[in-house]
Amino acid sequence: MSVFRSVNDRANMSTLAEQAVARTPRRLALRFRGLSDRAIAWLFITPSVLLLLAINIFPLLWTIQLSFTNYRANRPNAPIRYIGLDNYRDILTDTEVWHAMQATAHFVLWSIGLELVLGFGLALLINRRFRGHSVWTTIILLPMMLSPAVVGNFWTFLLQPQIGLFNSAIALLTGVDPSSFQMIGDVALAPWSIIMVDTWMWTPYVMLICLAGLRSIPDYIYEAAEVDRASPWRQFWSITLPMVMPFLMLAVLFRAIENFKMFDMVNLLTSGGPGSTTEVASITLKREAFEKWRTGYSSALAIILFVTVFGAANIYVKALNRVKQR
Amino acid sequence: MTMPVTAHSVAEPSPRSKMIASVVVVTYAVITILPLLWIFLTGFKTPPDSIAYPPKILFAPSVEGYVNLFTTRSRQTPEFLASLPLPQTWYERLVRSRNMVIGGPSKVVPRFVNSMVIGFGSTFLAVCFGTIAAYAFSRFRVPLADDLLFFILSTRMMPPIAVAIPIYLMFRNLGLTDTKLGMILLYTAVNVSLAVWLLKGFMDEIPREYEEAAMVDGYTRLQAFFKVVLPQATTGIAATAIFCLIFAWNEYAFAVLLTSGDAQTMPPFIPFIIGEGGQDWPAVAAATTLFFIPILCFTILLRRHLLRGITFGAVRK
Amino acid sequence: MIQMMRALGVTAVVVASSLGGQAVAQTKQLTLCWAAWDPANALVELSKDFTTKTGIQMKYEFVPWTSYADRFLNELNSKGKLCDVIIGDSQWIGGAAENGHYVKLNDFFTKEGISMDDFMPATVVGYSEWPKNTPNYWALPAMGDAIGWTYRKDWFARPEIQAEFKKKYGRDLAPPETYEQLKQIAEFFQGREIDGKKVYGAYIYTERGSEGITMGVTNVLYDWGFQYDNPKKPYQMEGFVNSPEAVKGLEFYKSLYKCCTAPGMSNAYMSEGLDAFKSGQVAMQMNFFAFFPGLYKDPNVGGDKIGFFVNPKQKYHFTQLGGQGISVVSYSEHRDDALAYIKWFAQPEVQKKWWALGGYSCHKAVLNDPGFPKSAPFAADFLKSMDIVKDFWAEPSYAELLLDMQKRVHDYVVADKGTAQEALDLLVKDWQKVFKEDGKI
Repeated sequence: MSVFRSVNDRANMSTLAEQAVARTPRRLALRFRGLSDRAIAWLFITPSVLLLLAINIFPLLWTIQLSFTNYRANRPNAPIRYIGLDNYRDILTDTEVWHAMQATAHFVLWSIGLELVLGFGLALLINRRFRGHSVWTTIILLPMMLSPAVVGNFWTFLLQPQIGLFNSAIALLTGVDPSSFQMIGDVALAPWSIIMVDTWMWTPYVMLICLAGLRSIPDYIYEAAEVDRASPWRQFWSITLPMVMPFLMLAVLFRAIENFKMFDMVNLLTSGGPGSTTEVASITLKREAFEKWRTGYSSALAIILFVTVFGAANIYVKALNRVKQR
Repeated sequence: MTMPVTAHSVAEPSPRSKMIASVVVVTYAVITILPLLWIFLTGFKTPPDSIAYPPKILFAPSVEGYVNLFTTRSRQTPEFLASLPLPQTWYERLVRSRNMVIGGPSKVVPRFVNSMVIGFGSTFLAVCFGTIAAYAFSRFRVPLADDLLFFILSTRMMPPIAVAIPIYLMFRNLGLTDTKLGMILLYTAVNVSLAVWLLKGFMDEIPREYEEAAMVDGYTRLQAFFKVVLPQATTGIAATAIFCLIFAWNEYAFAVLLTSGDAQTMPPFIPFIIGEGGQDWPAVAAATTLFFIPILCFTILLRRHLLRGITFGAVRK
Repeated sequence: MIQMMRALGVTAVVVASSLGGQAVAQTKQLTLCWAAWDPANALVELSKDFTTKTGIQMKYEFVPWTSYADRFLNELNSKGKLCDVIIGDSQWIGGAAENGHYVKLNDFFTKEGISMDDFMPATVVGYSEWPKNTPNYWALPAMGDAIGWTYRKDWFARPEIQAEFKKKYGRDLAPPETYEQLKQIAEFFQGREIDGKKVYGAYIYTERGSEGITMGVTNVLYDWGFQYDNPKKPYQMEGFVNSPEAVKGLEFYKSLYKCCTAPGMSNAYMSEGLDAFKSGQVAMQMNFFAFFPGLYKDPNVGGDKIGFFVNPKQKYHFTQLGGQGISVVSYSEHRDDALAYIKWFAQPEVQKKWWALGGYSCHKAVLNDPGFPKSAPFAADFLKSMDIVKDFWAEPSYAELLLDMQKRVHDYVVADKGTAQEALDLLVKDWQKVFKEDGKI
C-alpha cells in the first residue's frame, strides 16, 4: 500500500562512485560478484519475512487452531478436545463480551473525536507561525513519548480525589469540593477518565499529522482564492479541509487501530473498573487468557478481534486511497 | 533544499490572529505539561508530602524518592537502630533518619539495564533486517510488493495480548520465557514492520543514480548497496533506530506477560514500586523521570523526523 | 567497512553474553519466592540462622501483592526453575497439587518426624491439605493470617467524642462486636473534623483486579450466613451462595461502602488501607493481621494510638482466612536443599523466633504458649480469629471462581449494577459453569 509518493531530491552526484570503488574491500567484492538482482532481492527480504512468519503468522495459525479446542495453558497435561465452533458461539452470545466491545467502541470513538478536534485546532493555530511556536510544539509533543503503562499508573495518582492534582485543580477553577467527585471510581465518570488520559497523550499525534497536511498545501492556491475574494470560512471549507482530509483520515486510522488494541494504559488506570465499566476488549482478553487460563476460549476472542480490526482497516484504507486520488 | 512551503488560512495571518493563536497554544501547552511537571516535582517530595491532602505545591525538597528507588529498606525499632554501627554514607543517614535500615540495592538498575539491552538488541536486529528489506522493496520489482507491505503492516493490528497467547506457549516450549533473548526476538519481529516501512520511505528518497553510476563503474549491486546507499541512508537509519527503540522502551503488554524477573523491563516494574503501604509515589516519580530522560533527548534530536516515524513513513514533511 | 563489521561483531558478542544468564554459582544457593511485605523482611532476618546452620545461601524473589499471583502462577505454569521454595497463597494448593507444581510432603514429614498435629488445625486444612480434610500435605503452614481490624484508640479515648457518641447512640464508644455496631461507629466518624482534617469512618477492601473485594466482602457474607455450597452435597450452590441471608449480607457491605468510606477508594486493597490509616484518614481499617506488627511500630499511628479488634460478628462469627504455606517447587533443581529449609523452618525454636520477628507462626508450641496472648497487643485477637476462619475455594480452578466473584461483587457494590440478588444469582451460574467444565457437576 503506497499512500503517498516520495519526493525525489535532485542532489549532487560528484565523486561518490569513485569513493565507493576505493573503499570496497576486495574479499567482499570477489565473493558476491555476480549475484543477480533477483537473488539479492530475495536475500534481502527473506530474513524479515521469515521472522514475521515465525513470530506473527505461525502464532496466528496456532491461535486459530487453539480457538477450536478447550485447551487451558495451566493444565498442559490435560487432553485437548476439539469442540468446533463452541468457543465462538459462547463469545458471540455472551453479554459480557458485547459489553466489553461497547466499552471499547465508546472509548475509541470519543477519544479519536476529541483528538481530531483538538489536534486539528491546534494545528491550525500553530500554522499561523507565531513567535516561539516550535518550542511550544515540542512541549506539546512530550506526553505522547511516554510509556502508556507508566502514564496509566501516574494518572491514578493525579486523579485521586484527596491527594491528586486533578481534583484540586478542578476545585480551584469551579469551587466544588475536591473530595465530592472521583473520576476513576465513579461509574459515570470512569469512561471519561480513560478518554481524557488518552486524549492528553495522543492529541499531539493528530496535531503533528494535521500540521504536515496544512503545510503541504501550496500558497498559490490560497492566493488564487484571495484574488477571487473568497471569505476565510469559504477557503477553509473548500481548500483547507479537503486537502488535509487524507492526513486526517490517516491519523484516524492509526489512532483507531492503536486504541482498539489498547491495554496498558486502561489496565493500569482503572483495571477495567469500576465493575466492568471500562473493561475494554484487551482487558477481557487478558483476564480470560492469563488469569482464567481459558486458552481456547481466549484464542477465539483474539481471532474475532483481529478479524474485526483487519476488516475495518481494509475497508478504511480503500476509502482513504479513494480520497487521496481526488 | 526545496522552497519552504507554508499554508495560510489567509494570505498572511494578521498580528492579531497570531497573538490569539499563541495565547491559545501556549495555554494548551502549559495545561498539557502540568501533569508531567507535577510528577517531576513529586520525585523530590518526601513520601508523606507526596500523599498530603490537599496536595502540596510548596514543599521542602528531598532526594528521598530517589534514594527509595535505588534501595530496599525495612523499618526497625529505635532500639535496634541504636545498636547498629553509625551510617557511613549520606543516603544511609537519610534512611536512618526515617527509622529505617537499608537492606540492599533495589531491582531498578537491573531492570533499567534490561530495558537497554532488550531495547538496543531488538533495535539493532530490526534495523538490520529492515534496511535490507526496505532496499529490496525500494529498488526491485518484488512480486506482490503492495500486498507484502500491507501484510507487514497488518502484523501490528493484532492486540498484543492476542499475540501473547501463542507466543507464551511457544516460549514455554522453547524455554524462552523470561529470557532477554526471547524478548529481543519478539520485539525485533514487531519492530521490523515499522523499520521496513520507515526505511523504504528513506530509501525511496535516495536517488538511484548513485548506485547505477557505481555499477556502471563495475561494482556489483551488493557493493553499491554497502558503499553507496548505506552511508546516504544513515540519517534515516538513525531515525528509524530511535523509533524502534522508543517502542521497545515503552512496551508493557508483552513485557508483563512474558517476563517476570530476569528479563523484566522498566514499564512492568515502575507501577509496582511499593513503599511501606501503597505505592511509593516519590520513588515512582523518580523512576518515571529517569526512564523518560533518554526519550526526551531523542525527541528533541528527532524533531524533524518525528512525523515520519509516527505514521510509518506515510507522511513526510 | 572492516572496522564497522568488527564493531558490530563486538557489539553482538557483548549483547549475546549479557543474555547468557549468570555464571554457575559455586556456593549452594536456594531461592525463596514470596510476596513483598513486612513478614518477608522478617523472614530474611530469620533465615540468616538457616544459612549459619547449613551454609546454604538464601536468595529471595519478593513480588508486590498485586502481581504476586500473576507472577508466580505464571512461573509455575511455565515450569520455571526460578523458585526452589515458594510460599504460595492458600488458594493455590488445589491447582499446584493437581498440576504437579508442588512436591508432596507426606513421606518427607514422616521421615523427618514432622507432624501436622503440631500445627493449628485450621492452618493445616487451609494451607497444606489437598483435597481438603484428607491427609495429603503439599505445604508446611508458614504464615498464619486472617482479616482483623485496627482502630484509632486515641480518637475513641477523647472525652468529647465519647460524650457525643453516648448521647447519640446511648452506649459507650468501644470497639464494635457486631457489624451493626461497626456501621454505627463508622457513620459517627464519617465526615467528622478531627485535628483540623476531615476524617472518614471505615476502610474496606474494594479492589477489582486480583482478589481484593472478595477478601473483604466474605467477612460480611460469612457472618450473615453465606455458604459456598451445601455441606451435605458438595458443589450444590443454589440456595447457599444466593440465599436470602447472603443477599442481605451483600447489601450491607454495599451500604457500608456507600455511607462510611473515604472518597477515591473504589479499587483499594491492603496497601491503600495502610496508607489511609497511617495518614489519619479513617477511624477503622479492615486488613490482614500480617500488617499489624508494622502498624504498631508506626511513628504516626502506632503505639498507644492504635487498637485492634476481631472481625465483628452478626448472626454467625467468621473471618476470612489469609496466610500461606511453604512448599517445595517440583521443578526446582535443589530439592534436597529446599527440603532442608522446610525441616529447619518446622522446628519449634525457629517458629518461636519467627513470631518474635513479626511472622505469624502456626506452630502450637508458639500459639498455645500461655504467654502468647500478652506477647503483642494483637496476639489475643489473632488467636481468636484463627478459631473462626473460613476460606475461599481452593479448587484447581480457584482463579476462575475468584475472578467471577470479583466481577459480580464489584459490579454490584462499586458500579451499582443490578441488585444483590441478581449479582449472587449470576455468580451461582458462573460457578456452575466452571464446575461443569471441571467435571465436578
